[in-house]
Amino acid sequence: MKLPSGLRAVLLGLAVALLTPYVCNAETPVRITVGSKSFTESVILGEILRHLVRQAGNEAEHQRQLGGTRVLWNALLSGDIDAYPEYTGTLLQEILVKENLQTEAALHEALAARGLRMTAPLGFNNTYAIGIKQTLARQLKLKTISDLKNHPELVFGFGNEFMDRADGWPGLQKRYQLPQQNVRGLDHDLAYRGIDAGTLHITDLYATDAEIDYYQLIALEDDLHYFPVYDAVIVYRADLEQRAPEVVTLFKRLEGRIDALSMSKMNAQVKLHGQRDSVVAAGFLKRTLDLEVDYRVKTAWQRFWQHTFEHLILVGISLTAAIILAIPLGILAARSARLGQVVLGVAGIIQTIPSLALFVFMIPLLGIGGPPAVVALFLYSLLPIIRNTYAGLKDIPPAIVESAQALGLPSRARLRIVELPLATRSILAGIKTSAVINVGTATLSALIGAGGYGQPILTGIRLDDMGLILQGAIPAAILALLVQGLFELVERGLLPHGLRLQAETTKSAR
Amino acid sequence: MLLLSQVSKRYGDALALAATDLQVPGGETLVLIGPSGCGKSTLLRLIAGLIQSDSGSITFEGAVLTPDNILQARQQMGYVIQEGGLFPHLTVRDNVTVMARYLRRDPDWIDARLTELSNLVQLQPELMQRFPAELSGGQRQRVSLMRALMLDPDLLLLDEPLGSLDPMIRYQLQQELKAIFARLGKTVVMVTHDIAEAVYFGQTLVLMRDGYIVQTGSFKDLAQAPAEAFVEQFISAQREPMAKLTEALK
Repeated sequence: MKLPSGLRAVLLGLAVALLTPYVCNAETPVRITVGSKSFTESVILGEILRHLVRQAGNEAEHQRQLGGTRVLWNALLSGDIDAYPEYTGTLLQEILVKENLQTEAALHEALAARGLRMTAPLGFNNTYAIGIKQTLARQLKLKTISDLKNHPELVFGFGNEFMDRADGWPGLQKRYQLPQQNVRGLDHDLAYRGIDAGTLHITDLYATDAEIDYYQLIALEDDLHYFPVYDAVIVYRADLEQRAPEVVTLFKRLEGRIDALSMSKMNAQVKLHGQRDSVVAAGFLKRTLDLEVDYRVKTAWQRFWQHTFEHLILVGISLTAAIILAIPLGILAARSARLGQVVLGVAGIIQTIPSLALFVFMIPLLGIGGPPAVVALFLYSLLPIIRNTYAGLKDIPPAIVESAQALGLPSRARLRIVELPLATRSILAGIKTSAVINVGTATLSALIGAGGYGQPILTGIRLDDMGLILQGAIPAAILALLVQGLFELVERGLLPHGLRLQAETTKSAR
Repeated sequence: MLLLSQVSKRYGDALALAATDLQVPGGETLVLIGPSGCGKSTLLRLIAGLIQSDSGSITFEGAVLTPDNILQARQQMGYVIQEGGLFPHLTVRDNVTVMARYLRRDPDWIDARLTELSNLVQLQPELMQRFPAELSGGQRQRVSLMRALMLDPDLLLLDEPLGSLDPMIRYQLQQELKAIFARLGKTVVMVTHDIAEAVYFGQTLVLMRDGYIVQTGSFKDLAQAPAEAFVEQFISAQREPMAKLTEALK
């Protein structure tokens, strides 16, 4: 992604300023960050890695359930994270598909060329499978994927990743010449519920999914051998071998130790029985490697305060920066018609970028975590403030603007003494709109590892746990109301008395 | 005092003011009169520098007005518009003194001047802390006049200053205004469409139509030696109701 160097410099500068609170303890021993994808198995494996890092006496951070393979891969390349659990099939068929690698040795080489390493397989092959309800399969006499050709009426619902990736649905359809037209992409966890409710008939599964048993599904036989092998491995940065060799040694002790059954059991413990991933991961290490890891599960309150703190930081910095920049831009737009069109146009275009996409756009520039989230939220907060500042200034009656001119007040003094006070209400309305949008959108920043109230929401969606979702959604809603209330108070303080009188007299006159 | 030479203004294809010459001697009250859209307000706004002329020049107190000296020149001009143009977020006191405070005039001088002006326009001192929304229309125009007079300008520009007032208050304010002008001896350029008001205030009337000055002179000149039929029509259109009133009383 090419950016004008000026913009790049501005973004980097902003990032450095925002990063400071995050890296102020950079001098501590070795801080190792592991990542995980947004499904339970990956999160459990991520927790296992985090325990191992701490076991080796290092400081560990787990950026859990980041939004997608690309996010993790880029974070690993850039050093935002040091290791994460991955599958050989994903590496060969998705991430490095252009290299057309044939052997495991070639894969190791390709990783090494990027400064990365990979452990040997951990012991289970979590390949994709095509799942269907047992009852429906019996009824339609379906055993293999080829059998699906005779049933074009079936509704397919695939996880969004499977829908798009080269080794997912497009390839599957081609290989088996499947005729089905009704194929939807949706969140994988929602797909299970759709299958259960009967609105979907076929979905993609992972071979170790806890739900296969729970929802009474079976996997159709891959009779044309379409799906590649998805051996679980740990990919990590090569420099980890120098920075923390003991961690790499511990990672390697996992090789060949997790079979499909124990993985699927762990998945079920977390997903279906509500155990905490951290506890399940520690239990596994105790059972399998006889490692007694010291894990502390944070209490609900501790997590709540952490999420609140993270959310407030995200909103506070991004909104403050937006106010500081957007008001002058709004003034500029009101002063010059041509500049106004440019400013409002650019801010409008930014607003049309879907919020999730905007977060992901930030990753190549700023990595993962707080800084890219803050920049995305900042960009999102600009338009309402710019537009309301512009409208507030433009709505001042011409007679008043001319009276100020006729007094001989210079342009800047007119702005300060007359125009801005008269636009106060409109500007504050814009700030309130931005604040509410900002608090809501900030829940999405959990997808790129910035935490906040989005974290329990994300976990709640993953675990199908409405309570967890509400733990994030309700505080976010309350925070939005509080922020709005705060600006109402500001308005009471800032709005000139004469304007309130004016509003009252117009009201009573009506 | 004020000299306009070949000043013109167009908005796109529409002519607002044809190339116009006008001279306003010091101390005189000149009234611009004519139907809506005749260019009288445009002329006034050109003098105040609120709009830029397309051609010609305006000389004020010996200097040609330019964008560079207009801010300075405006301190020597007081400007009052129809609705008063008061700043709704400022008190009467702040409205009147805003420019003086901006120029960092001595606070004691400001206070003294405020008292002087409130006496002049007959506003009670307790009104000084009120906001425009708490005033009547007539009070607002008095405040607007105070604001225009604050820095003791040499020239007063009044654009339909009494246009939005009801007839009783309007009549009363006309009398007061005339007395004030007489007392201060300022040069006044006033815009109105009411010929009775024009005659009441003006030594010199400037009758305009469609961006042109039709005739300049005293009311007597206009009535007795109209330059064209329009002058006669304009005068009689406004005399007629008066005549009817007089008739009804007989």
